[in-house]
Amino acid sequence: MTILPGSNILKSMERFSLSRIFFHRFVRNRLAVSGSVIVLALFVISMTAPILAPYDPSDIDVKQILMGPTRSHPLGTDQLGRDVLSRMIWGSRISLRVGFVAVGIATVIGILFGAVSGYYGGWIDGIMMRFVDVMLCFPAFFLILAVIAFLDPSIWNIMVVIGITGWMGIARLVRAEFLSLREREFVVSARALGASDARIIFRHILPNSMAPILVSATLGVAGAILTESALSFLGIGVQPPTPSWGNILTAGKDNIEIAWWLSLYPGLAILITVLGYNLLGEGIRDSLDPRLKI
Amino acid sequence: MSDDNLLEIKNLKKSFPVNGSSFSKDVGSVKAVNDVSLSIAKGKVLGLVGESGCGKSTLGRCILRLIEPDSGEVYYEGRNILGLTGKEMKGKRREMQIIFQDPYASLNPRMTVGDAIGEGLVVHKVAKRKEKREKILELLSMVGLRPDSIDKYPHEFSGGQRQRMGIARALALYPKFIVADEPVSALDVSIQAQIINLLERLKNELGLTYLFISHDLRIVEHLCDRVAVMYLGEIVEIADTSDIYSNPLHPYTRALLSAIPVADPESKRERVILTGDLPSPMYPPTGCPFHPRCMDAMDRCKTEAPTLREEGGRRVSCHLY
Repeated sequence: MTILPGSNILKSMERFSLSRIFFHRFVRNRLAVSGSVIVLALFVISMTAPILAPYDPSDIDVKQILMGPTRSHPLGTDQLGRDVLSRMIWGSRISLRVGFVAVGIATVIGILFGAVSGYYGGWIDGIMMRFVDVMLCFPAFFLILAVIAFLDPSIWNIMVVIGITGWMGIARLVRAEFLSLREREFVVSARALGASDARIIFRHILPNSMAPILVSATLGVAGAILTESALSFLGIGVQPPTPSWGNILTAGKDNIEIAWWLSLYPGLAILITVLGYNLLGEGIRDSLDPRLKI
Repeated sequence: MSDDNLLEIKNLKKSFPVNGSSFSKDVGSVKAVNDVSLSIAKGKVLGLVGESGCGKSTLGRCILRLIEPDSGEVYYEGRNILGLTGKEMKGKRREMQIIFQDPYASLNPRMTVGDAIGEGLVVHKVAKRKEKREKILELLSMVGLRPDSIDKYPHEFSGGQRQRMGIARALALYPKFIVADEPVSALDVSIQAQIINLLERLKNELGLTYLFISHDLRIVEHLCDRVAVMYLGEIVEIADTSDIYSNPLHPYTRALLSAIPVADPESKRERVILTGDLPSPMYPPTGCPFHPRCMDAMDRCKTEAPTLREEGGRRVSCHLY
């Protein structure tokens, strides 16, 4: 078959942009699609929490404490008679917020740090990367515990602390990308045209290193959600009565022998959410991998 | 220096340190460009030939200060640009541009063709919006690309088309001097001819001066007015193209020229076959850098390095002359 100029085959080839190739690969990856369905569902649930939740999450009903799942309380009630389903739905907001804000902070710090380090190289790079090594030496979780112990355990403090203890991975990733991209000919060409360092960093190098950053950030959301749950579980995270999956779990732990549902549902929610973000992150990574052909 | 030289290089040197492990000092250095002096007359094309790794590209990039030379002088229109401040150099960059070898690596995959070509216009605040777009369309037609290419991305084009974009980008600021760093080595032979013709036409139309880096001696013969032969970071011979091709003096030049294939199976030519490999530039041989591979090597060559000397209107660095 000959392909004439202007024929449909040629036209459809022309419009095969990078984003289309990405999309095409992504939708064929079942795990990635299920990951994005989970993440999307969580978004919808947390956005519509006031409509979706059947009860006020802090409504105490002492006549109905530690009830098993019934028709009026599908996931039962806790030790104060509050509806577990409503608390779970409102708790998803906390998880989502912590995940995104903490990872947002970590990503911004990581990009700036890694970009400067990788772009300028030399002794600047040496000093900055040794600082990263030092930061990585601290066991992150205990560092967070120690810092939170000094500060008020508010949700904002938790997000900031998770953010500023979690940027090192992204900084290393960005640095590595910059080290290889700064020698590429299109970057050299921009320098030959007299472009400023800032223009080269933000217009040329950064857009070409977004793929691994995006993957790392998605996986980071899962990590941040886990950390927040763990902190809340230990009682230094989100403080009651604000519902968070972590502190619902704590309440469940105290009554696990008589009310198993109190620990099962928040545990499942954390599991599914983290799984969803991990699947999504890995799906994005696989779809962006230039070595895999369509 | 004479007035008709656009560019004059004197004693340019650049060496790269070779790192040991991260806890030890540098183990040595590679002299990529070793005491190179040459000049290019206005409107002329100087070909720079030599084996891979002999420092051709490094020299080209040192001239544009994309790699900062260790020492020496680069006079552009009589002014040493190595002494310019960042701001002054930015102004000079409008006049000195570069075209790269690999058309797949030289265009930012996340920028449209129009943005890539118009980058210089933005950086130097030459033109905005509508005016800029018109300028880019003009450049596209100048290099023989369709106007609707402007909003597409580089991956939608072939190697030859991308190389045209690289040329258009270099031309956007109306430069006077262009370093063409093996601009056709990565292309098919049929496309090579098109790009060479384009470069030739642009040179005549715009009065450009080229430093044409290549290892394809036939293209150099076709395009260049003068040829400089480089070996291990040094210029071993520099002369007018016709002189070099009709009567190569340096043994290395002779060996290079005899390697050009001839499209005649009957022809019996005297081939000069070099033995051995290019020595490690970290440990260059004593004396003449070429003596371990030279068929005319004398005892003197092993101890005494020859210098580039005038020999009948041309310059050669060899003890034979």
